[in-house]
Parts: sequence; structure tokens; C-alpha cells
Amino acid sequence: MRHAIAVVGAAETTDMGHIPDLSQIGLHADAALNALADAGLKPSDIDGFATASESPVALCSHLGITPRWIDGTGVGGCSFLMHVRHAAAAIEAGLCSTVLITHGESGRSRIAPSPLPIPTPGSLEGQFEAPFGAVWAPTIFTVPALRYMKHYGVGEEALANVAVIQREWAALNPRATLKAPVSVDEVLGSRMIAYPFRLLMCCLVSDGGGALVLTSADRAKDFARPVYIAGTGESAEATMISQMADHSSSRAFRVSGEQAFRSAGIGHADVDHLMIYDAFAHVPLYGLEDLGFCKPGEAAAFMAERHTAPGGRLPVNTNGGGLSYAHSGMYGMYVLQESIRQMRGIAPAQVADAKVSVAHGVGGWFSASSTIIFTNQPSF
Amino acid sequence: MSDTRPLPEPTPETAAFWKAASAGVLQLQRCLNGCERAYFPPRNFCPHCGSRNVGAFAASGRATLYSYVISHRPAPGFTPPYAVAVVELEEGPRMMSNIVDCEQTPEALLLDMPLKLVFQRQTDAISLPFFTPDRG
Repeated sequence: MRHAIAVVGAAETTDMGHIPDLSQIGLHADAALNALADAGLKPSDIDGFATASESPVALCSHLGITPRWIDGTGVGGCSFLMHVRHAAAAIEAGLCSTVLITHGESGRSRIAPSPLPIPTPGSLEGQFEAPFGAVWAPTIFTVPALRYMKHYGVGEEALANVAVIQREWAALNPRATLKAPVSVDEVLGSRMIAYPFRLLMCCLVSDGGGALVLTSADRAKDFARPVYIAGTGESAEATMISQMADHSSSRAFRVSGEQAFRSAGIGHADVDHLMIYDAFAHVPLYGLEDLGFCKPGEAAAFMAERHTAPGGRLPVNTNGGGLSYAHSGMYGMYVLQESIRQMRGIAPAQVADAKVSVAHGVGGWFSASSTIIFTNQPSF
Repeated sequence: MSDTRPLPEPTPETAAFWKAASAGVLQLQRCLNGCERAYFPPRNFCPHCGSRNVGAFAASGRATLYSYVISHRPAPGFTPPYAVAVVELEEGPRMMSNIVDCEQTPEALLLDMPLKLVFQRQTDAISLPFFTPDRG
């Protein structure tokens, strides 16, 4: 199967983690200029634009772009993966030729950030969840975990082990925020945030951003290191965590993942590298199972056997993840960036001879999902 | 924490639910178009089949503890640690709530434990449905 669309520019913000000298829109612009420079393009070469959180119109104006196609899909942290999917379809349909996708977030410094999405009292969350103290991610995204743990007989050590292994990857990445090794006991001894989640099982709060440039594979031949889009998927379930149909499995993950694998025409054994958006330590367990890399209930043992760790047969979250690399609030762009680095062969913790990378994102709290399968092969 | 917890603002689709709650009744809805399944939160159509032919009924108030976290961070109207719980109603739907008259500890909050409904009045118009361990 020939791959029709390629990423020809990809970059993160010049700095990552603590960036007190840029506002949110400035982070978008820094990442955009870095990605355009990576592709050897100028803003005037871009005719399609997508972003989330900020207005795509504001960004086009700010960057000097005249768009013929715009996507402002905003479903939380996996929005940028959906933008890749939508942009690929738009280029294939001839709506535009060269798409820029940007992300920037002053998550830590809070310089001109977008307002946090607090539910209004008349919204369904405002009526049926916020009155019970479910406020912001640590008391919402985490709620399903105990049901998962009881259903599969998984203990708190399994959550801690996710953080431990991701720190091992972070130690190999000079740009990672937290690089010092950490033990299961240290994770289990860190401050309680929302039982059973302790501080080191929760993502960082960072400043940062990233941007991508996509075009048709025919044009991509003129660019260095094109990375092809082999398969894509997306889905959604519920913004109310209480209405997630089964707290031990994500329907949105399953639907998105199945579609991505089906459209790529590959199997799990073909995958060399995997990124699973990790806002909290339970999410990679759901991801491994709901994407089909492990049978239900077997992800914790799979990780304990070090298959996802450095030297393992399925390297997962090789940048250190949201738990140790960086997490500015909408982490999906960093999932994409690391998959693309791996496919270009330039990742700090490079997986030798990697040809296929799966990037999986989540939006909200198991609310939305998108999966992108990248490859450095022009066709399978 | 001082301040009060966020309170719901009823909408046309949920006003009957909150009116019933204020009278001490947990009102659910079910499809009357043949699928008969109970659902939550309130809406004027069945989320399983799309039929607008739905009716309200009083739930038993019996439930089990489905999942939860115990928040150790302050929130308006809450004194940590407090549990954010999802309960599974006897009729099938799940809803978020708090578990009251119970230690907010993993030892006291056992998944699948039986619970019973208690309302706590917040304002003249709003009573919130909470649950308490059913030791009966």
C-alpha cells in the first residue's frame, strides 16, 4: 500500500519545560517557525492550518498565513492527532496542499493561557459531577482506575511501575524534565494526590509546544526525512467520566486503534515503537490493552516483564512521557513529535531500525481518542 | 475549605429530576418504546434507541460502589480527604456521588459494597443525592 501523505516538518519549541519568556501564542509561533525551518518552508507556503485551544484564525493572522483550509477541532490533548488525520484527508481531497499544525501552552508559567474549561452549572458535568468534587483532571481522569485494578487484580505497584519505566526512558533524553532514576517504593512513598494516585503517578505541568508540516507524499520526495502516515483513527466516548461504559476499558481507545490498524493494513507484530499519551500512570495500561498489544488485564505484567522498557521488544513512551518528559496540559503534540523523531532516526533514545511507530492520544478523561500510525517506508 | 460546593443549575431537560430530588426522590427515566432500559443523566429521549417516548420513575435508592478516588487536594466546599465516587444503581445506570457517613479511606470504601441513597438539602431548590453504606 502506497502512503499518500507525509510529515515534512516537525519540531518542538526551542526550550521545553519552563519557558517564562514566551506567552501561549508565542509558544505556538516558536514551534511553528522551528517546524517551518525544519521543512525549509515559509509561512506563505502554508495553505492549510489546524490548532486547538488558541483560535486557528488568530494563529494564521499571527504567523502570516492565508489558509484555504482550517481545522479547529478541540477535544483536549489528542486534538493534534485528530488534526493530522483531518489534514491528511483534506490534502488527499485537494482542499489544500501544505498544512501546518501548531500547539503551544504556557501550562506552568500561565502567561496569557487559554482559560481552563470549568463546567458551567447548567452543563451536564456542572449538574451531575462537579457538585461531588470532581474538579479538574486529578479527580476525574483517575476515577476509573480502582475498578480496573479490582477487575484485573492489579495493585498500586503496577501504577508505580509505569512511572519507574518511563523515568528510565527520560534518563536517556537530555530534554526531559525529570531524569533521576526512581524506584517503585519511591513512587509509592510520594505525596498522595487522589488515592490511589500519588504525585509521581501524575503528569508534569510544563510550558512547551510543537508543530508539524504535512503535504502529499508526491511532494515529500523533495524534502529531507519524510515520515509517512500509514493509518489513522479517532473516536469519542463521554465527557462525564461516570458515563464511561466500562471503567476497565476505553471504548474510544478501542475504536480509534482498530480503525488505525485497519487503515494501515498492518498487525501489532509490525509495530516497532509505541507512544501512549500518559496523563496519569494508569493510561498506558489501558492503552496497551485497548489498542490490542496486550490481552485485557495483562498490561501490568507485560510492563513488569520490561517489554516496554529500554531494551524491551515494544519500546513505549521513549521520550519519558508526560510523567517525566513534559506535559503542558495537551500532551498529544509531544506523542506525535517523538513518533516522528523515531521514524526519522533522530530520537535521543532511538529504537534501532524502527520502521513503524504508533502514536496514541487521549482527550479529556477517556473522553476522546485518536491514533496515528507513522512509518518511514513510502509503501508497505 | 470555606466556600460552598458548586451546585447544579437545572435546565428544561433536568428540572423534573431536581424537583424530585428536592422532594427526596431519585428520579430515573426509561425508554417506553420497547427497549425499556433505564438511563441517566436525564434527557427527553432514549440514548439507546433515540425514541422520544420515555417516562420517569422513582429509583429504589439501592446501589453499589463502582469506582472512586480519594482526593487529598482542597476544593471549594470540600475538606480533604474526600472521595469522588461513581455508584452503580440497582436499575443499571451509574452516577457520580459522594459516600457520606463513612470514613474516607480505602479500608472503609470497598468496591461493590452495598449503598443506600440519602439526600442532603443544599438550598431551597437543590438537594443532592448522596450514598451511605447499607449495613442493613
